[in-house]
Amino acid sequence: MKKILNLENLDCASCASKMESAIKKLDGVKEVSVNFILQKIKLEVDEERYDTILIEIKKICKKIEPDCKILDK
Amino acid sequence: MTKKNQKELIKIITTILLLLLISIISIEMKIKLILYIITYLIVGYQVIKKAIKNIFSGQIFDENFLMSLATIGAFITGEYLEAVLVMLLYQIGELFQSYAVGKSRRSISELMDIRPDYANIEENGKIVKVNPEEVKIGTKIIIKPGEKIPLDGIVEDGESLLDTKALTGESIPRRVKENDIVLSGFINKTGILTVKVTKEFSSSTASKILDLVENASNKKAKAENFITKFARYYTPIVVALALCLAFLPPLLIKEATLLECIKRSMTFLVISCPCALVISVPLGFFGGIGGASRQGILIKGSNYLETLSKTNTIVFDKTGTLTEGRFQVVKIKPTINIADKSSEKKILEIASLAESYSSHPIALAIKEKYKHNPDKKRIQDIKELAGKGISGKVDGKQVYVGNDTLLLEKNIKVSTTNEIGTIIYIAEESNCLGYIVIADKIKDNAKETLTTLKQNNQIENTVMLTGDKKEIAEKIAKEVGIDKVYSQLLPQEKVEKLEDILKNQPENKKVAFVGDGMNDAPVLTRADIGIAMGALGTDAAIEAADIVIMDDDISKIKDAIYISKKTLRIVKQNIYFAIGVKIFFLILGALGIANMMEAVFADVGVSVIAILNSMRTLKISKSNHLK
Repeated sequence: MKKILNLENLDCASCASKMESAIKKLDGVKEVSVNFILQKIKLEVDEERYDTILIEIKKICKKIEPDCKILDK
Repeated sequence: MTKKNQKELIKIITTILLLLLISIISIEMKIKLILYIITYLIVGYQVIKKAIKNIFSGQIFDENFLMSLATIGAFITGEYLEAVLVMLLYQIGELFQSYAVGKSRRSISELMDIRPDYANIEENGKIVKVNPEEVKIGTKIIIKPGEKIPLDGIVEDGESLLDTKALTGESIPRRVKENDIVLSGFINKTGILTVKVTKEFSSSTASKILDLVENASNKKAKAENFITKFARYYTPIVVALALCLAFLPPLLIKEATLLECIKRSMTFLVISCPCALVISVPLGFFGGIGGASRQGILIKGSNYLETLSKTNTIVFDKTGTLTEGRFQVVKIKPTINIADKSSEKKILEIASLAESYSSHPIALAIKEKYKHNPDKKRIQDIKELAGKGISGKVDGKQVYVGNDTLLLEKNIKVSTTNEIGTIIYIAEESNCLGYIVIADKIKDNAKETLTTLKQNNQIENTVMLTGDKKEIAEKIAKEVGIDKVYSQLLPQEKVEKLEDILKNQPENKKVAFVGDGMNDAPVLTRADIGIAMGALGTDAAIEAADIVIMDDDISKIKDAIYISKKTLRIVKQNIYFAIGVKIFFLILGALGIANMMEAVFADVGVSVIAILNSMRTLKISKSNHLK
């Protein structure tokens, strides 16, 4: 399943690449790219595991950049 | 300015006011210290909080940690004002940086503002707005003046002018009527249109283009990869150097105190942050790609932008690239003894009347030139003579329209010509009135484009590959100014020729191939850079090429090369500037000449300047091209 998440307050470019490599390591994530300029995360994930993955992604973002929020539910 | 930025701004202003207050009033040192601490916390609380959080999540050496350590250190050594000022300066820099990034983000999303928000459909006699993703193929949608066309389709009803600028860069509106194809992303200007949807949202033109541009940053240029590699080695080296700076001198030199050395080492670390590079380089590429897309040039990745800037050889396909790709009347030549204006008109009139029932490409070209609807009452006994032409009666007189064989057969004298193209003779009774030359017309701006490519874009070789006959190929090449021609090639031979060219290229000079994407996909893929022209609405060409020019305007090739060179120049400026300034300040910091405040400038100041410089890539336009 392909999915695009919109971010807010992603102010630091190296955080974006840190997020990308952290999300890549999650189970069930086939492909991910974090676009700093568009503030978007493009994902390809297993559909059944999407909910748990999303929770993990939210944790990762919060950890790397505390102000950064995911706008999509 | 975002809400977060506004909050930061308020904090900064409060801090400045408090600092002024402290310096004006004369109070006891103890109270002054308390005031300094309060001011410091107002401006620096967030930074310290982040630093502590980051330590717990295992990321120690980040900016927040360094700033907190440096400023708390200054407090301990009694430099209260300096501590607050450094934090203040850092926050101002961060604010600027965030503002600049936000501004470029907005400019970029404005450039890509082709995503339709809604579609109008009719339900029980009422027009309702729905999400374009939910509209199915075959649904009728209504587009009012001023609205974006949400999905690709065919006009069922209505007539209007469409603004195609966002997709093609073309500023002249396009007129559409019933049965014309319209693409999502066009803007309806004048009339109400009813459109039957032919493609789902996800495969509609606007979605495809946005997808391309947004994904372009996934294909990274060498300059970008360099930055990633650079950061990987750079950070450990800098941290190691800082440690040496802090602890080696006190051990080796008598006069060096540990405190002073730790201070220098912290200044050193603040300067070293590679933020300027990490933000500005991708931003520069993105700006270049975004700016190009505004002009109807889609670049699929920053790597292609980089390769394009190193191109010195351009190989062109002929049909559809240098030429219009369809038959047109290029000349009407009356027989010499009866030459005058009216006879030119007469030749065309007779020809189009005679051809009025034919749908042969030649007949279509003649009728297109004639512009009026042929009055079919004026013609009788029209006979099509296969491979020769047409005979018939126009206004009661016997006419022949066809090749020289036809006229010679009828014993009409023909003056032969060496014009290149298809020659159609027109005879009335027993006189040859003249001939019409039909050929694939060279694009108006082809010659001018090739001249500019050589003069301004440093293109050294231009080559043409074509399956067409030698004489035609050479004539066209001469007319537009192509250096080398390979003609009468079969499609697979085009690939072979291109490989020959690639073999003889110097190491870091690249070869671009320009074609219309119709049957030259293998060549497009084989070249260092494949450029497809006139690709709007043709998915195959968009897939095969690295750079896609939406309309068939050949002059956009020079624009694309210009944008690529300019973008690369800006990116390189940023790399040299940022690394140069950093190294300079690192040395000053190590020697103890630069203090913490200058260090903060070297960090955030350089970032802001580099970001502002990157934003120039968004604005590279045709207008300053001629300079």
